Amino acid sequence: MTETETARPLVLVVAGHVDHGKSTLIGRLLHDSGALAEGRIEAVRAMCARRGMPLEYAFLLDALRAERDQGVTIDTARVRFRTARRAYTIVDAPGHREFVRNMVSGAAQAAAAVLVVDAVEGMREQSRRHGYLLRLLGIGQVAVAVNKMDLAGYDRARFEAVAADARAYLRGIGIEAAAVVPVSARAGEGLLGPSGAMPWHGGPSLADALDAFAPPAPPTDLPLRLPVQDVYKFDERRIVAGRIESGRLAVGDTLVFSPTDRTARVASIESWNAPAPVLSAGAGQCVGIVLDEPVFVERGHLAAPPDAPPSEASAFGARLFWLGRAPLRAGRRYTMKLATAACPVEVRSIESVIDTDDLSRAPGDEIPRNGVGEVVLRARATVALDDFAANPRTGRFVLVDGYDTVAGGIVSMAGHLDRRAGPARVSRNIARVEHRVDRAARARANGHAGAILWLTGLSGAGKSTLAIELERRLFARGYQAYVLDGDNLRFGLSSDLGFAPADRAENIRRVGEVARLFAEAGFVVAAAFVSPYRADRDRARAIAPEAFHEVYVKADLAVCESRDPKGLYARARRGEIPDFTGVSAPYEEPADPELALDTGALSVAEAVDRLVRYVAAHFGEPGAGGRQGAPPPVPRRP
Amino acid sequence: MDHLDALEAQSVYILREARARFDRMGMLWSLGKDSNVMVWLARKAFFGHVPFPLLFCDTGKKFPEMYAFQKRYAAEWGVELVVEDCPPIEEIDPTLPPASRSAARKTEALKRLVARRGLDAAIAGIRRDEEGTRGKERVFSPRGADAEWNFRDQPPEFWDQYKTEFPPGTHIRVHPILEWTEIDIWRYIRREGIPVVSLYFARNGKRYRSLGDRDITFPVDSDAASVDEIVAELERTRIAERSGRAMDHESEDAFERLRSAGYM
Repeated sequence: MTETETARPLVLVVAGHVDHGKSTLIGRLLHDSGALAEGRIEAVRAMCARRGMPLEYAFLLDALRAERDQGVTIDTARVRFRTARRAYTIVDAPGHREFVRNMVSGAAQAAAAVLVVDAVEGMREQSRRHGYLLRLLGIGQVAVAVNKMDLAGYDRARFEAVAADARAYLRGIGIEAAAVVPVSARAGEGLLGPSGAMPWHGGPSLADALDAFAPPAPPTDLPLRLPVQDVYKFDERRIVAGRIESGRLAVGDTLVFSPTDRTARVASIESWNAPAPVLSAGAGQCVGIVLDEPVFVERGHLAAPPDAPPSEASAFGARLFWLGRAPLRAGRRYTMKLATAACPVEVRSIESVIDTDDLSRAPGDEIPRNGVGEVVLRARATVALDDFAANPRTGRFVLVDGYDTVAGGIVSMAGHLDRRAGPARVSRNIARVEHRVDRAARARANGHAGAILWLTGLSGAGKSTLAIELERRLFARGYQAYVLDGDNLRFGLSSDLGFAPADRAENIRRVGEVARLFAEAGFVVAAAFVSPYRADRDRARAIAPEAFHEVYVKADLAVCESRDPKGLYARARRGEIPDFTGVSAPYEEPADPELALDTGALSVAEAVDRLVRYVAAHFGEPGAGGRQGAPPPVPRRP
Repeated sequence: MDHLDALEAQSVYILREARARFDRMGMLWSLGKDSNVMVWLARKAFFGHVPFPLLFCDTGKKFPEMYAFQKRYAAEWGVELVVEDCPPIEEIDPTLPPASRSAARKTEALKRLVARRGLDAAIAGIRRDEEGTRGKERVFSPRGADAEWNFRDQPPEFWDQYKTEFPPGTHIRVHPILEWTEIDIWRYIRREGIPVVSLYFARNGKRYRSLGDRDITFPVDSDAASVDEIVAELERTRIAERSGRAMDHESEDAFERLRSAGYM
């Protein structure tokens, strides 16, 4: 095969303000480089003659009659053209502010951009907005074409002024212009070679500038991200299908699926009509894999290596561009689509509204159509994602309102809790002190081992009621027993924390540490906490894995709400309590608790009986086997 | 990945997205080279299977070679074939130029298929480089209640997040090979060994570059009698692919009118 056959064309978007000559520039490039089919230019000439106008190169792209009649590009077009060095697919992006959604649709596929700026008018509103959108879309390679130099008398000073302005703006948004080139698209100056009309320009022609762009490299160096697109059952095989967004995948690799945290190995990579069996694949490839274990996997799950998984969060920051007709407002709910996952999200706050003209940030209540801003989103469930800076492919999303896509955004995890991240930092200059009285000695003295019963469940499920009654019953039987209660701790130890996911996580970390201390001191600790997030509970378990026993205090939301001992559901329904579990924040049920108690079916006495029996069976019983007879702790999970 | 690998991966991704999102779907199989590549890509995506029916709008005026091809490969590939006869020309908008009016019979048949089978989506093998208005299409392109294309107000489509939500009574046209060009198609046919109708190969100095109805499709001058020779010819030619399709050339916006009324 020849080089031209295997090389992928570089996708290039031509953006800029309306009427600055984008379509004309592309049309002229096509014409001058001989890319046009026979008869095309004659057909355009005829169209122009019918309208009584001179040859309009833009008509080569403006395929819609309405575009030609109004002289405005409505929707994006794509054309092929080649220089001596390589092939290009050029995307013509409309410059009218009415069609920003079409500009975004075209530009998002590009690896590089040409920003066309009118030499006479200079940088205008859409020049800047397009520049900013290119940045948000992740396009960092930009050349500037200062067009209509013929109308500016090919004046060098005018070019320098516009060039400096364009460079300064792009620098302000983190883009270093690859080149700034003076051209006249209509006159064909400066496009494919040096311009006779502008001998003072020592820099590259536009084609030279394009040829200097780096081809896009698929992100094979980043950790694997394989969003599950679908699961097929063909010919007895259960095939997990998806496109590798980043990294590589090979038969035998272990994958962890988010947000279920299930792991399995790749048993095979399936294919049809392939020349040889497929043993590995990389970013950009669509694959179908068969797993060695029948773990539950569905569309929206995200496969990754266990040592480099994505972040998991239910609240995160985002910078987004808003395309909806009505403005974006805090409190509105949308469907977020991120890779193949879709889930409801709420706009918790608008942190700032960005003015793309002067790049200023201001607080605001709404982001207008075609505007840009920074928001905090809260999802109903845990979402697997990456910070855009870490992995653009799984760090970007769209918002859907009803039938329509209304926004695109990029994820910022800064200041938000990643449930996958480890616990708080550990100081370096500390060392553990060994106790002279060890756990076994305490267990012998008490007649039972220290342990943590972690009671999790919805507010109103009965956690505190059971914990307090259990404490009373155990104490009466000679146990060292103590209750750690959510509300009680929030009066003191955690009085500085609220109920946002990050605060909940920190609260649970503190409680986990305190519970561990009590358990080491020999106590049976009943810890009663809503602790709605599985990852937080897992982290509490990790603090004291040998002592931790998860008890799911289970009751339907309707039951809990009807009990409502603290009147909290009523307040949450009135919108007075943000982040209220079960109403406005998620509760993730324990997947595999050591003990589950359905308080909708059991009386308090029955439930406590079961807890007492569980304690006796697992941690021992004072007096039952004499002071020496207490069994050691029996961790269910090694 | 080379260019063909990348195009194939993108098409497979699109087909799997469509399959994951739409319950009732069909793929238009016009028997031309593009739709054969598209069926092939479906078998790639679904590991040898085509998990939806192939739809054929029969004008009754296709070439005999095309009908023979359909009969043979529908059986060989094990696909479910659904044929809808096109209504007679008398039922079509008389203000259209003659060839466009003839082509519009297919639009009517497709509308009936969509309605009768309650389709959420119809997969069509159009390409951007064929024609200007197709160049402006979306991959997932919504169609109104009367199958019309509102090209003035297309939805945003980026980062491969396609429009999958739509009001009842409307449908989505899915375009999995939109980004392919004519030469990409032929190079892929060569690489994969995909069968095509013999009319594409030159006989007596003429071949068909694009296949449609007998009475409105004309061959071009060519000596390319094999896939290799067709690829070589396309590397040189500056003649437009659809120059032999009369309906494209009847008036400035004839094809735009056809497409906005629901033509593929």
